[in-house]
Amino acid sequence: MFFQQLVNGLTIGGVYALIALGYTMVYGIIELINFAHGEIYMIGAYAGIIAIAAAQTLIAGGIPPIAAVALALLAAMLVCAAYGFTMEKLAYRPLRHAPRLSPLISALGVSIFLQNFIMIAQGTRDKVFPHLFENTVAFDLGSVRVSLIQIAIIVGCFMMMALLHLVIQHTKIGTAMRATAQDKTAAALCGIHVDHVISVTFMIGSLLAGAAGVMIAMYYGLVNYSIGYLAGIKAFTAAVLGGIGNIPGAMIGGMILGLLESFGAGYISPEYKDVIAFSILILVLLIKPSGLLGENLAEKA
Amino acid sequence: MTDSNGSNSRFLKSTVHVLLTGFGLALLLLPFFPLSRVLLFTPWLLALTTLVRLYPLIRSHLRIPKRVRSIVPRASTGSTCIASTGLGVAAILAIACFPALGNRYTVDVGVMVGIYSLLALGLNVIVGWAGLLNLGFAAFYAIGAYSYAILNTRFDLPFWPGAVLGVLTAGFAGFLLGLPVLRLRGDYLAIVTLGFGEIVRVVLNNWDSFSNGPNGIMNIDRPVVFSYTVRPPYPFYYLVWITVFIVYFFLNRLYKSHFGRAWIAVRDDELAANAMGIPANRFKLLACIIGGAIAGLAGVLYAAKVSFISPESFTFMESVTILCMVVLGGMGSLRGCIVGAVILVTLPELMRDFSNYRMLLFGAAMVVLMIVRPQGLLPPQRRLEA
Repeated sequence: MFFQQLVNGLTIGGVYALIALGYTMVYGIIELINFAHGEIYMIGAYAGIIAIAAAQTLIAGGIPPIAAVALALLAAMLVCAAYGFTMEKLAYRPLRHAPRLSPLISALGVSIFLQNFIMIAQGTRDKVFPHLFENTVAFDLGSVRVSLIQIAIIVGCFMMMALLHLVIQHTKIGTAMRATAQDKTAAALCGIHVDHVISVTFMIGSLLAGAAGVMIAMYYGLVNYSIGYLAGIKAFTAAVLGGIGNIPGAMIGGMILGLLESFGAGYISPEYKDVIAFSILILVLLIKPSGLLGENLAEKA
Repeated sequence: MTDSNGSNSRFLKSTVHVLLTGFGLALLLLPFFPLSRVLLFTPWLLALTTLVRLYPLIRSHLRIPKRVRSIVPRASTGSTCIASTGLGVAAILAIACFPALGNRYTVDVGVMVGIYSLLALGLNVIVGWAGLLNLGFAAFYAIGAYSYAILNTRFDLPFWPGAVLGVLTAGFAGFLLGLPVLRLRGDYLAIVTLGFGEIVRVVLNNWDSFSNGPNGIMNIDRPVVFSYTVRPPYPFYYLVWITVFIVYFFLNRLYKSHFGRAWIAVRDDELAANAMGIPANRFKLLACIIGGAIAGLAGVLYAAKVSFISPESFTFMESVTILCMVVLGGMGSLRGCIVGAVILVTLPELMRDFSNYRMLLFGAAMVVLMIVRPQGLLPPQRRLEA
């Protein structure tokens, strides 16, 4: 039971962490809760399914499972990056200097738009992610069953997070992102194209969310147009838990939230797993409002 | 606007830009459609992008000066005072006479407008005046509705004591949620209130012995006034709108008293307000209690109107809709709340024919509104004196 919930928690936690990264990166740079981020994740899941279906009809004889997964991930990441870019450009950039509430409402609008768009375009029924692998149980120890997909998700999440860490710490664009997050004006004075950096941030965040979408679609096998909402809130919870704006915080927060939720569902009651997640969030905020890794931010004047 | 030549080339450039944007958007959105729908959807998309992109250009072509938002609040002069009084009287008359002109259906919509007006007025106290972003406002609405429903169906409590208890419970919930509010910054607050809203809804959905779960509670009694049962839509319409007027009057007095000024001071600069001797935390808490209680009142009325409630009616979407009413009307403006409620309740009713697309358009409209007129339709006018 314990190990089973541990593995389940790590799987779901990795996915939360990937989505939370997008929230936290965007928040770190423009201090916006991007409510539409959950929908990007949902769109990623749909894009993956559509890509596999298209490949299977276009290529005679079908494609090998590994290639199908790679294709789905690639398609989802590309589409989601494009969505992130467009979203920022159309809905958030004109509001860069508006009062705080305006971009937030705009983000809610984008979220409603995207969710209903997919509902209209793809219908209200659940979409099935194609069953790609025959034998999905990697090892079975009686009480603990770990599937190949779970291992792939956990490993994939850690790889992406490591990659993101490298990009942010060791590349030029990563340095620019960190500089912009610290002080936009000073970054602009140093010759950093701030608009460009913000666009790239949105694209990277959305790309991670798209990958998370494909992973979760593969894990559960079913996708619905409404999955973005709850996953989005959970991931935001994870970002806050770790300290919003803090990238390692989002990774740790996602893992912790996934584990807590999974143990909560296993030991207390599956119906109340959302309540458990939110109650823990509220408790953390009461005890340490800046999150686990966040520095103590004073209200900006 | 310098010379016609420059303006023309800008027009051309912008047109190309629009076409490219439209094309890009089409590329983004279309892969998700079955091919048959693609043709149906493309013109709408193009029209929408054109509107968004061309707005600044049209404005500059028509030479409408960009509205300068003055930092100094506008003083209300005698003539505007009379004009606004006249408008108020006209609005009251219109609301009072409306049932005579409408049929059962329109009056029923009118009842819902009244209930949402209450909700918007309540949220306005929290978001518009105290500046606390609340994304789980539907929770108070649910608490009010469920308090009355449970007291009524299980303990046979009549409407009036049930309503009082419902309002008190929702106000107390506002107090409980308000306590953590005191120490949190804006965005954390948003997520805590959102989480609170979800917790309330999930608990109502799962705690079968308490709230009857997803099946909801049926056969809730209607209000009784002097042994006369107030039924929807016609008599209920008046009950709801009289309540709205009482709450409006109460809030209007509150806004003009030192309470209102204290809230505005806390919202605009908490540190300065504290330094001036305004107990910011106490006023924030008070805003949460009053806002929660008003939402509770709306919930009681809603439960009494439909006589059946279930957790479905109190989702996150509901909170967003109420927030949109406040923002659309103009944050901090009482008249704005009513106008926002009128628009956001009636528009979806008018758009029933293409119900699939209305939420899509609603989302797009939120974005456009924020870009075009972020201060809302009727932003509050602050008096200089007092």
